[in-house]
Amino acid sequence: MKKTTSKRMFTFGLVLLILVLAACAPLYAPVYTVILLTSILMYMTIAVSWALFSGPTGYISLASAAFFGAGIYTSAILGKALPLPLVIVVGALASFCLALLVGALTLRLKGIYFVMFTFGLVELLLHFILWWEVTICGTTGRVVPPAGNATVFYAMLIILVILVLTVFIIRRSRYGLALFSIGENEEAAAHAGVHVTVLKIIIFAVSALFMGAAGAAMATRWTYIDPRIAFNPLISFMPVLMAIFGGIRPLYGPIIGAAIFTYLEEFLITRFPYYYMLIFGIIMVVAILYMPDGLVGLIQRLWKGISGRKHADT
Amino acid sequence: MLQIHNINTFYGKAQALYDLSLSVEASEIVALVGSNGAGKTTLLKTLSGLLRPASGRVVFLEKRIDGRPSYAVVEAGISHIPEGRRLFPDMSVRENLEMGAYLQRAWKQKGESLEEIYRLLPVLKAREGQLAGTLSGGEQQMVALGRGLMSKPRLCMIDEPSSGLAPVMVDEIFHIIEGLRDQGIAIFLVEQNVRHTLEIADRAYVIENGRIILAGKSEQLLSEELIRKAYLGL
Repeated sequence: MKKTTSKRMFTFGLVLLILVLAACAPLYAPVYTVILLTSILMYMTIAVSWALFSGPTGYISLASAAFFGAGIYTSAILGKALPLPLVIVVGALASFCLALLVGALTLRLKGIYFVMFTFGLVELLLHFILWWEVTICGTTGRVVPPAGNATVFYAMLIILVILVLTVFIIRRSRYGLALFSIGENEEAAAHAGVHVTVLKIIIFAVSALFMGAAGAAMATRWTYIDPRIAFNPLISFMPVLMAIFGGIRPLYGPIIGAAIFTYLEEFLITRFPYYYMLIFGIIMVVAILYMPDGLVGLIQRLWKGISGRKHADT
Repeated sequence: MLQIHNINTFYGKAQALYDLSLSVEASEIVALVGSNGAGKTTLLKTLSGLLRPASGRVVFLEKRIDGRPSYAVVEAGISHIPEGRRLFPDMSVRENLEMGAYLQRAWKQKGESLEEIYRLLPVLKAREGQLAGTLSGGEQQMVALGRGLMSKPRLCMIDEPSSGLAPVMVDEIFHIIEGLRDQGIAIFLVEQNVRHTLEIADRAYVIENGRIILAGKSEQLLSEELIRKAYLGL
């Protein structure tokens, strides 16, 4: 008992230290680093939100780009009229409502049908807005009023912290347990008294809420956006890969996965601009083949191996 | 406690239950026996809200529950321990049990309920942290029973608890079920193992092709010619 409390204190202290160091980054780090850190925070937010719903339930959603894009477009439309915090809140709510609607329509689908539909949603929104801009507005693309690098950085940091706290609270409540039970056996979950459909839709929407917030905040960094930038399918795939790479189940799995992946992408693009996708692909294949529980699982296994041997020696 | 009045249930166009009526009172074990495909599991699914009856009424503690969703039935005080156990295999024994206390009211008392279950089924205490999917068949059935009890039900509906278990294990499970009745929980036991079931049940119904063809006290049924021929092979 005592050991777990001291371990918990250590984890808490470590998280706090990283948080303080990160929060001060714009004060001492060069602009390039701040921009890279902002990208990392963005991918962390999307990967953690994705894992909040898809991790325990096993419903693999490829709609992340749709919810992220909804946030971006909210920012593009309201950016001039409203202050940034309000834009982010509206973007988050827009994604939340979109996900409620989509969830109510699709969460009766299972397995591959759900995956296909969620991916179709990204294309649907992309082409709908493209059509809208071409035929109704007459122009494609919009200018987003830019915000400073530090501002976007802090906005993303705050969004991520709120997200992590939310996921932490959900995971510890009975709803967290219920989400896992849905992934295990939906009918048995219903027998236990879980409102299966309602819970799925709400958690799906909560995960979309944070993706929308991230989209609304990040849009201010790109200054010009069009539907192809806003609804980039890569945003649907990356969080899935990051979460698998890091480990889906523990909360910090997707966080670690996102940090390593984003840095790796940046590193490979600058050093090997022609081969980076190839190298990326190879790393992913190796990760899926040899790390079924992700990086976190691998480390835990190695750690167990080491501490196990120590016990055997003494 | 539980009254079923003339229910008819369909699977698509095929009728599975015909004008079926029965009742279960507090502190008794009522058995429903019959062969495969007679409609036993269909009846349980109708009661627990997974299927909706086309007509008829189900009344539990003076409240109608027919056509209500599963969670409302659990909330009303009925727990359904499904056939094949339906555990959450990659969750620990403890997590499986806690899922049984998912409903608001039960969740607040889950600590005490857990202790009670561990007292009743000590083997689960020893297996607390193990993944449910790695347990033996008998232990899994105990987890299923324990999970069903975590919601503090007034009535437990148990579907085929003996299926796939060794005879010694079946004896133990049936003994536990008798213990539950003695604690005041009504039991609606659905079984194919007719002899064993009639030995512990107070009353029983025999179902065939979706209809109740025989009902009465267990001792009476045990000496009934039809039962002896069709189900006991005497």
